[in-house]
Amino acid sequence: MSDRVTVAKTYKLYIGGAFPRSESGRSYPVTDSKGTFLANAAQGSRKDARDAVAAARKAFDKWSGATAYNRGQVLYRVAEVLEGRREQFISEVAASEGVQLKKAQSIVDTAIDRWVWYAGWTDKIAAVLGSANPVAGPYFSFSTPEPTGVVAVLAPQQSSLLGLVSVIAPVIASGNTAVVITSQDRPLPAITLSEVLATSDVPGGVVNIITGRTAEIAPWLASHADVNALDLTGAPESLREDLERSAAGTVKRVLRNKVSEDFAVTPDMSRLRAYLETKTVWHPMGV
Amino acid sequence: MAAPTTLPSALADAVRDESSLRRFLHGLPGVDQVGVEQRAAGLGTRSIKKASKLHAIDLAISMVDLTTLEGADTPGKVRSLAAKAKRPDPERPEVPRVAAVCVYPDMVKTAADELKGTGINVASVATAFPSGRSTIDIKLADTRFAVEQGASEVDMVIDRGAFLSGRYGLVFEEIVKVKEACGDAHLKVILETGELVTYDNVRRASWLALLAGGDFIKTSTGKVQPAATLPVTHVMLQAVRDWKNQTGELRGVKPAGGIRNTKDAIKYLVAVHEVAGPEWLDPHLFRFGASTLLNDLLMQRRTQLDGHYSGPDYVTVD
Repeated sequence: MSDRVTVAKTYKLYIGGAFPRSESGRSYPVTDSKGTFLANAAQGSRKDARDAVAAARKAFDKWSGATAYNRGQVLYRVAEVLEGRREQFISEVAASEGVQLKKAQSIVDTAIDRWVWYAGWTDKIAAVLGSANPVAGPYFSFSTPEPTGVVAVLAPQQSSLLGLVSVIAPVIASGNTAVVITSQDRPLPAITLSEVLATSDVPGGVVNIITGRTAEIAPWLASHADVNALDLTGAPESLREDLERSAAGTVKRVLRNKVSEDFAVTPDMSRLRAYLETKTVWHPMGV
Repeated sequence: MAAPTTLPSALADAVRDESSLRRFLHGLPGVDQVGVEQRAAGLGTRSIKKASKLHAIDLAISMVDLTTLEGADTPGKVRSLAAKAKRPDPERPEVPRVAAVCVYPDMVKTAADELKGTGINVASVATAFPSGRSTIDIKLADTRFAVEQGASEVDMVIDRGAFLSGRYGLVFEEIVKVKEACGDAHLKVILETGELVTYDNVRRASWLALLAGGDFIKTSTGKVQPAATLPVTHVMLQAVRDWKNQTGELRGVKPAGGIRNTKDAIKYLVAVHEVAGPEWLDPHLFRFGASTLLNDLLMQRRTQLDGHYSGPDYVTVD
């Protein structure tokens, strides 16, 4: 068999359920841990981030209005499609993170399990975090968790798949929509995840994935008035304080998890709880 | 047929009778479809940034005909729209007022009462808007009612059925009569370009409206898709420019429907500047018929001044 010419890929962004090129027209080479060229990824700009926020806002009503049961089904379907792409993820994780195949397999398996874990949470959040409050009168008072809105997620720089899944799944499980800035140097698993999301039942705009330089795009998301929460997990150390300060300008929820978070251990509810607001409703016509 | 104003001999000839009108309209040069679309797309790529963008945004705000033409309109909604017209961005008093508020005839009085003394015009659609399918008497009564109620601008629709079947005289007479019924009110003639099919027809309808005395030619009602497009607006801007060259009179253009964001609005302003000329960059000669556009202009204005993106939580819900 003759030597094939390899197909060098130039990936695009994932915004509003479509795969547009970066508005800036830029792209950058992605290499494996040893510096060998893997593919070109789109280098997103602040305008791509703005478009992604608009898409996420548009998708929010329908996604947050879907029943928790339905969201769980959709997320479980994503896990199924993830499973179907298992081999691709393993090779990409192995190349990006420079780990042995066996280790990569275990990372991918954990990532899929993590997704399923969060998929199971969707219809239990209200039971765990909500309450029927005791009142001194013939009334009802209920507190229910409601999604915060559009969440800007700076995905972990090191853990390119497991970390990514661990930050996206809790955001959308509770009905938020997400704008994700991927790991700058290891974006390939995130790009494949966007292909998974596009071919599963997740409505367009619920997750928007932007590749590029975190330090360039993050400040625009932190100050954006239509973003409701910010996950700083993948933020460069030098930028964290500034990002928090500009996020405070429009009173965003800010999740300040430490950079060295170990994603391999089974998480608790903290990431789910971070993007929920409590709505308390009185029912004056009660018992 | 009666010419509404004193026209140069060539144009006066054109409106002498129906057959000369037809001869004139069909004698107009055809529109190069590929050319006009390419030119419109080319001008759309101009990059307007920083101070120029801020200037363009303010200009666009002052050109907006803030419109609500829904069956569900209430006096309350019209009043809140009028409040928004007076002070588009309550936190920033330096934001210019919009040019006009555009409503259905029965809402004109509400709008006129709210806008008294502000310099903001009240525009009313009339003549059996949006289809224009009624008798001339009803159309004229509709117009008179709107003017009596206090409208200073009337947006009429042409009879597209008559136009498309070649009865240009009928359309012409109708515009002339409505213009008479308007009195001092400005007349905007809606061509509904989405139903005219070809650019040649748009050019003919534009000239027909200008000959009959329309102060503005307006692309669409906003009820038909496609509404305003850049190439169509190009053809109409060419018509008012040529009209000025031949008669010395300045007539206006109003694209309406489908212009939803600042980027689009700025493309139109570039087209106005390049096709008609800088003197048309004026609310008296160019308007945007829009409802959602204003919020986007305000958000973009804030983005320019605050240095970060704004969101719909910070403007009114219409």
